[in-house]
Amino acid sequence: MKSSETMDIPRIKEPTPLQETWYHLKKNKGAMTGLGIITMFVLMAIFAPIVSPRDPLAQQISERLTPMFTNGYIFGSDDLGRDMLSRLIYGARISMTIGVVSVGISLFFGIIIGVTSAYYGGTFDKIVMRLIDIMLAFPYILLTIVIVSLLGPSLTNAMVAIGISQVPRYARVVRASVLAEKESDYVLAEKALGAGNFELMFLTILPNCLSPTIVQATLGVGEAILNSAGLSFLGLGAQPPTPEWGLMIASSKQFITNAWWIVTLPGLAILLAVLGFNLFGDGLRDILDPKMRN
Amino acid sequence: MPVGASTIIEVRDLKKYFTIKTEGVSEEKSLLKAVDGVSMDVFEGEILGVVGESGCGKSTLGKTIMRLHDKTDGQVLYRGKDLFAKDPAAMKDMTLKMQMIFQDPYSSLNPRKKVSKIIGQPLDIHKIGTPEERLERVAHLMEEVGLNPKFRTRYPHQFSGGQRQRIGIARALALNPEFIVCDEAVSALDVSVQAQILNLLLDLQEKYGFTYLFIAHDLAVVEFIATRILVMYLGRIVEIADKHELVGNHVHPYTQALFEAFPATSPKGRELKKRIVMGDVPSPINPPQGCHFHPRCPYAVDKCRQAYPPLKEVSPGHSAACWVVQKDI
Amino acid sequence: MAEKKEILLSIQNLSFSFDTQRGVVNAVRDISLDIRKGETLTLVGESGCGKSVTAHAINQLNPMPPGKVDHGKIMFRGTDLLTLKRHEIEKLRGTQISMIFQEPMTALNPVFTVGAQIADVFMTHQHMTKQEAMERTIDLFKLVKIPAPERRVNSYPHQLSGGMRQRAMIAMALASPEPGLMIADEPTTALDVTIQAQILDLLNDLKHKIEMSILLITHDMGVVAEMADRVVVMYAGRKVEEADVFSIFETPRHPYTLGLLNSLPSNTKYKNARRLEAITGTVPDMRTIGAGCPFENRCAYASEKCGQEFPTETVLGESHSVWCHNYHMVKEG
Repeated sequence: MKSSETMDIPRIKEPTPLQETWYHLKKNKGAMTGLGIITMFVLMAIFAPIVSPRDPLAQQISERLTPMFTNGYIFGSDDLGRDMLSRLIYGARISMTIGVVSVGISLFFGIIIGVTSAYYGGTFDKIVMRLIDIMLAFPYILLTIVIVSLLGPSLTNAMVAIGISQVPRYARVVRASVLAEKESDYVLAEKALGAGNFELMFLTILPNCLSPTIVQATLGVGEAILNSAGLSFLGLGAQPPTPEWGLMIASSKQFITNAWWIVTLPGLAILLAVLGFNLFGDGLRDILDPKMRN
Repeated sequence: MPVGASTIIEVRDLKKYFTIKTEGVSEEKSLLKAVDGVSMDVFEGEILGVVGESGCGKSTLGKTIMRLHDKTDGQVLYRGKDLFAKDPAAMKDMTLKMQMIFQDPYSSLNPRKKVSKIIGQPLDIHKIGTPEERLERVAHLMEEVGLNPKFRTRYPHQFSGGQRQRIGIARALALNPEFIVCDEAVSALDVSVQAQILNLLLDLQEKYGFTYLFIAHDLAVVEFIATRILVMYLGRIVEIADKHELVGNHVHPYTQALFEAFPATSPKGRELKKRIVMGDVPSPINPPQGCHFHPRCPYAVDKCRQAYPPLKEVSPGHSAACWVVQKDI
Repeated sequence: MAEKKEILLSIQNLSFSFDTQRGVVNAVRDISLDIRKGETLTLVGESGCGKSVTAHAINQLNPMPPGKVDHGKIMFRGTDLLTLKRHEIEKLRGTQISMIFQEPMTALNPVFTVGAQIADVFMTHQHMTKQEAMERTIDLFKLVKIPAPERRVNSYPHQLSGGMRQRAMIAMALASPEPGLMIADEPTTALDVTIQAQILDLLNDLKHKIEMSILLITHDMGVVAEMADRVVVMYAGRKVEEADVFSIFETPRHPYTLGLLNSLPSNTKYKNARRLEAITGTVPDMRTIGAGCPFENRCAYASEKCGQEFPTETVLGESHSVWCHNYHMVKEG
């Protein structure tokens, strides 16, 4: 046809959404700090066997309660003579796993519930949302404790409990953005082409609702780490001798007066990891939420 | 209307009501009668223009015909077959034959999909051809609408508004439809691009013999492209006629108001005072009693306040819904 | 032409750019224009041509950064607006320079009644009592033909229809002690045609009643035909043609102006035609435009020179100028 002259196209390459996010991210100091912290912990978790100086479980009773920076113990040793640095590094591995797995569980169910509920709407949506309200009305730690006591205390069960207890939140975030997106013309357009419900829900609408979900998930990882530490502290999560940060605090709390580092360092590790995810998540929210829809 | 042309779409007393919850102290539900008893035929090969102001129900009419909304009452027949009958096999057939082009070239394309995926999606959904054949078809369609097939791996945001609208058109063509609803298809575009797209729509229509239901608020655009024009006001048809008849000889006071309100095409003679119809377009929730236009109508008489006038032929092929015009007062 | 009135606002060689992550966008390049007392100047062009940026530069409504004035002056009643501090320009806004927007809902505060918002202008700038201010507001509502003004002043913005809101915005713009310049940014684009006709009629009416200058920004040639005294046609950040409204419609000399008029389906030449004479191609990317004429890639009359340098002004008549190397080849539509 004759309109071939419209074939010209901007000569400048437009950045992909990912490049655009990265561009804004680079400008956001908080988010970059968070990303730095997260990267550090992730690297520690991956390379734990290589970077940790000793076996985190090996006890050296003769060297118990060694202060920091003595006898080659950079972060000192604990009440059983285990190397604190190695335990903290392995702890990162456990905490990262907890974060990712429990958020993964919440995401999986949260997305399915949120998408279907918003998409079908009506009575189905009302029932689902009331159930979710009920779940949200439970004090969250209580809910987790109930689930763990039902399943029995262990790290895996703690992850499942944390994951399940957070499902309502993700379901709500996903539902809200699906509701906003499902009336869009492109959804109508694909409906007019005969696309099925599954395709519309998960291949058309969902990919356009990911931004707020990603933000929520990033913040959620930090929270999951904090919560698992809490559960372990209460004896409902990881069991000794696992080098889990919360458990490390719990099992050495009586030494706080004479060996402060055993209690403080795991606490700092938790603080730093949670801070990292929160900074990064907040930064992502600033970048992804207001715009991206232009 | 074209003599002897067959009817492709028949709309019979179609109603589409929305329930609106009014937020307030007491939560009330009220009915928004977006389309309130519309009957019309669309003939094969014609371009039926639908004009009206916001809230007149023109867009809802198009979307209900496309079954993007459920109907409240009435019938839509496609070549004699009921579009709302629950027969999946027949349904699929009709989906292939009826397509839609949307208003906003920015929101009507999925931002996360590549152009080839967007245009090829109808082929994927209905499993038409092998993957190679589909790719070839996409390339052909892109050429057909004036896009270089080389850009098929790009995302929608890398194109301008006009180019995006071309993508939307290519998608609508993919399944070789017969009937296309153009819902404000050029309204969001700049004038110079709008002209290109109007030409493209006409080129395609001549080449493939499409039938268009062309919905727009811009009288000038409809007047240019349509062969027959239908004017809507608050959910009902107020006047319908062949283009030349309607442009030269419109009788309904609302149609007159619409033509009068349309900005001049040249500054010459603009000092001449126009007869501007006053008042706002009433809300389609609780429209005025009787003829919906009577509060703004300079000719309104008692009867207009009491009963809604039927759509009656005033000359062959030209109908209007107005008591005064029908001299039935 | 009538005798020339005093110049109220003069934009001189304004260049404005935005530094975006995707490169520098020269949104406005070397624009000069004068608005005289009591006249309506329309800036017309398609989206992205820089018409809004130009208008918003007057009362510093462009976001800065990323926006930046590269060059130029905007003289208004003896001062260069671009040298004013933030609070000084804020004082001018709403008193001497008022603005009405495409969507009045965004410019009205949803939690106050429209009457209170307008009365507030009287109270802060003219130190009236509440009583006086309210009375003046009701007078204004009468002036802009809002029915039942005594009742409407107590309405909240969301209780008014689009047309009524736009009238309220116009009333607010008129609340200043010395209505100088009104910038109307696509004031009727969001309205239905019958309502648009009412608002345009009102603006024309007001212009004659009070000597107000209007800078009207629009993409709609129909609105231009109804409203303008003089017209500035912009394309991709450049002024390409300037003339009185009759010359623009009857003897356009820039290929773009001609193309724009030919693109209108309502153009009388298309009676019974089945195709429009469309401008081909699309607006070039604002980051890649070189020194040449930005319309070169779409222009039927382009020669080699057009790609190399932007043409200088050619004065065709008392009030008609064009910036085109090959303007002599352009015949009237």
